Amino acid sequence: MFTAFLIKYAEIGVKGKNRYLFEEALVRQIEFALSKVEGEFEVRRTQGRIYVDAVSDFDFDETVEGLQKVFGISGICPVVYVEDKGFDELCKEVINFIDQVYPDKNKTFKVSARRARKNYPKESMEINADLGGVILDAFPEMRVDVHKPDFILNVEIREKIYLYSQILPGPGGMPVGTGGKAMLLLSGGIDSPVAGYMISKRGVTLEAVYFHAPPYTSERAKQKVVDLAQYVSAYAGPMKLHVINFTDIQLYIYDKCPHDELTIIMRRYMMRIAEKIAGETECLGLVTGESIGQVASQTMQALAATNEVCTMPVYRPLIAFDKQDIVDIAEKINTYETSIQPFEDCCTIFVAKHPVTKPNLKIIRAHEQNVFDKIDEMVEEALAGREIIEIG
Amino acid sequence: MEVYLDNSATTRAYPEVASLVAEIMTKEYGNPASMHLKGVEAESYIKASKKTIAGILKVQEKEIFYTSGGTEADNWALMGAAYANARMGRHLITTRIEHPAVLKTMEHLEEQGFEVTYLPVDSLGRVYPEDVQRAIRRDTILVSVMYVNNEVGTIQPIEEIGALIKRIDPRILFHVDAVQGFGKLRLFPKRWNIDMVSVSGHKIHGPKGVGFLYIDDKVKIQPMIFGGGQQKNYRSGTENVPGVAGIGKAAELIYRDLDEDTKRLYGLKKRFIEGLGQMDQIYINGPQDEEGAPHIVSASIAGIRSEVLLHALEEKGVCVSAGSACSSHKHTVSATLESMGIDKQLMDTTLRFSFSVFTTEEEIDYTLQCLYELVPMLRRYTRR
Repeated sequence: MFTAFLIKYAEIGVKGKNRYLFEEALVRQIEFALSKVEGEFEVRRTQGRIYVDAVSDFDFDETVEGLQKVFGISGICPVVYVEDKGFDELCKEVINFIDQVYPDKNKTFKVSARRARKNYPKESMEINADLGGVILDAFPEMRVDVHKPDFILNVEIREKIYLYSQILPGPGGMPVGTGGKAMLLLSGGIDSPVAGYMISKRGVTLEAVYFHAPPYTSERAKQKVVDLAQYVSAYAGPMKLHVINFTDIQLYIYDKCPHDELTIIMRRYMMRIAEKIAGETECLGLVTGESIGQVASQTMQALAATNEVCTMPVYRPLIAFDKQDIVDIAEKINTYETSIQPFEDCCTIFVAKHPVTKPNLKIIRAHEQNVFDKIDEMVEEALAGREIIEIG
Repeated sequence: MEVYLDNSATTRAYPEVASLVAEIMTKEYGNPASMHLKGVEAESYIKASKKTIAGILKVQEKEIFYTSGGTEADNWALMGAAYANARMGRHLITTRIEHPAVLKTMEHLEEQGFEVTYLPVDSLGRVYPEDVQRAIRRDTILVSVMYVNNEVGTIQPIEEIGALIKRIDPRILFHVDAVQGFGKLRLFPKRWNIDMVSVSGHKIHGPKGVGFLYIDDKVKIQPMIFGGGQQKNYRSGTENVPGVAGIGKAAELIYRDLDEDTKRLYGLKKRFIEGLGQMDQIYINGPQDEEGAPHIVSASIAGIRSEVLLHALEEKGVCVSAGSACSSHKHTVSATLESMGIDKQLMDTTLRFSFSVFTTEEEIDYTLQCLYELVPMLRRYTRR
């Protein structure tokens, strides 16, 4: 029965003269999300509002699900358009609308009419009162409550008359494309896709980098990361995934550095490489899924040691999250099932039985010098040989 | 060079099988139940397939029932026979090293109130007939023992076990999972006192999605799939005519020069094992001689996790599997290797190399060369 959706947005409203940029980004993201939905839609922006009009048959649930992935949307109102054929016809349409949307009539309501078209024969207050009466006559169980109604029937008199009463929740946040670009370090784990999701919720566009270590990590492990990137891109929009072959670098560090510092030194090189690609691709920061104390390489000391090699800001949206909270989000964005597939990633293959948990920066720096003779060359080689996969 | 040494997981189809399947799918696509000519033609393919298979096993054509593969055949044999004979007793016997298609079905039957005895094996993966004899009770109704173990290739003494069971109590049914044995070794159910045999198409260069269960005429068994009453009401569902024709063709071809092929495969196996012996700390699991199947070599390569060596070989074009292919993506310990008492650390380093009639000496040598190169290199980098 619904033929359109009114899109409500929250934070964009306060962006002053930049508002149009935000709205344009929102329209673009809505169009991207709906391109994957069955049905054809037109997205239009009028008088500070965004409407999605269905111009063909469409799948309602799939459409709402698609819109619920567009950051910047705070609410989605399914709308019925009614031709203006006089007030009596409108009354019939309203009764029909309420009858279908609220099978359980034991509800309180109020009517809120607005006239965008001032030549309509009744004034707003009059419409409210008259339609309220009509509804009460049709459904005696319903009651009016102007303070805390169960639903508000909105009646907007425009060229056509718009009826809507439900507000389905949107994901909130800001439209992707309004906040610059960041480089996500994507492993196959649970955390990094969630971190990417959270940063993109603030309007940030993503690129991603994955460190592949064949034969220690398999083709399936890489496919898993591609799949995860796909899930993130359902929210974050299309992105590029840079796949770095990290094997030689990893083995060289393994040869030259103390084993219990391997993970830290390896991660320092991952950050360096990620920052290099970030610089080349106009990213303004790095994003990781780290959370304080989760594993040996994520203690505050270890984070300080990996952070030290970057000059770009490193965003760690999960830094104070408990694992279960992260898992909850992973389940919501559909990445959890994929993340828990048991393939080794390059962080776990050579992990020491007792890695250092409180690395001393001076010692790490000193030991890292053992690889200086060849490592820059190897990094350049890895960067030059990287595979770039288009996601989304 | 591409070398496929994972033939216990699946095999490349014979070109003759592939063209026969394609021909039936595009030209002779009738439903065998249809009354018109197209249906009759389709039925004739099924008859031909049955005739071939019955001839190889030396059984009656009407004792062959087609299934969706080895797993369904195993499931059906165990559940169908257990339920149909539950009034005689509720005790079943199998081994610890069966394929999951048997083990998981047994677990299911345990939940249904049956009691199952799991027989041990020795360090070479062999089941002892004396253990079977000891396990048999008054209420035993079914014994299931695989012909060839899928992970290490051990050939089980099914002929002896069959004779023994029938000597003790002829009413006890004997099922053999021959998924890895059929097409590699001969097998004569009637002479060997075997009541049911499971076979899969894609392990013998036939199509995937088809298999069969041989059921001796006098066996009481329940159907597990209900519907249109095909296959004498025992296994409903329109027959997979291309698959059925394909498995028949594959069976015909694989048994055509069996003795010659077997001799050649044992030669390859010997050559490969000798080649592996050139390196230190390589342990062959299961029998190295003709007590093992001609096409399976299980080797533990100490110091290198199997997954790593597998992917390193993959980069060189060599496909093998880690332990048993079916369990490799689940990170579970192999029940077979565990039952054989293989050291836990070695278990993690076990690769399975499995050959087929298409495998050449050149491929074996190339694989050995790859291993000579990779093993010392990979052994340098291990978890410390």
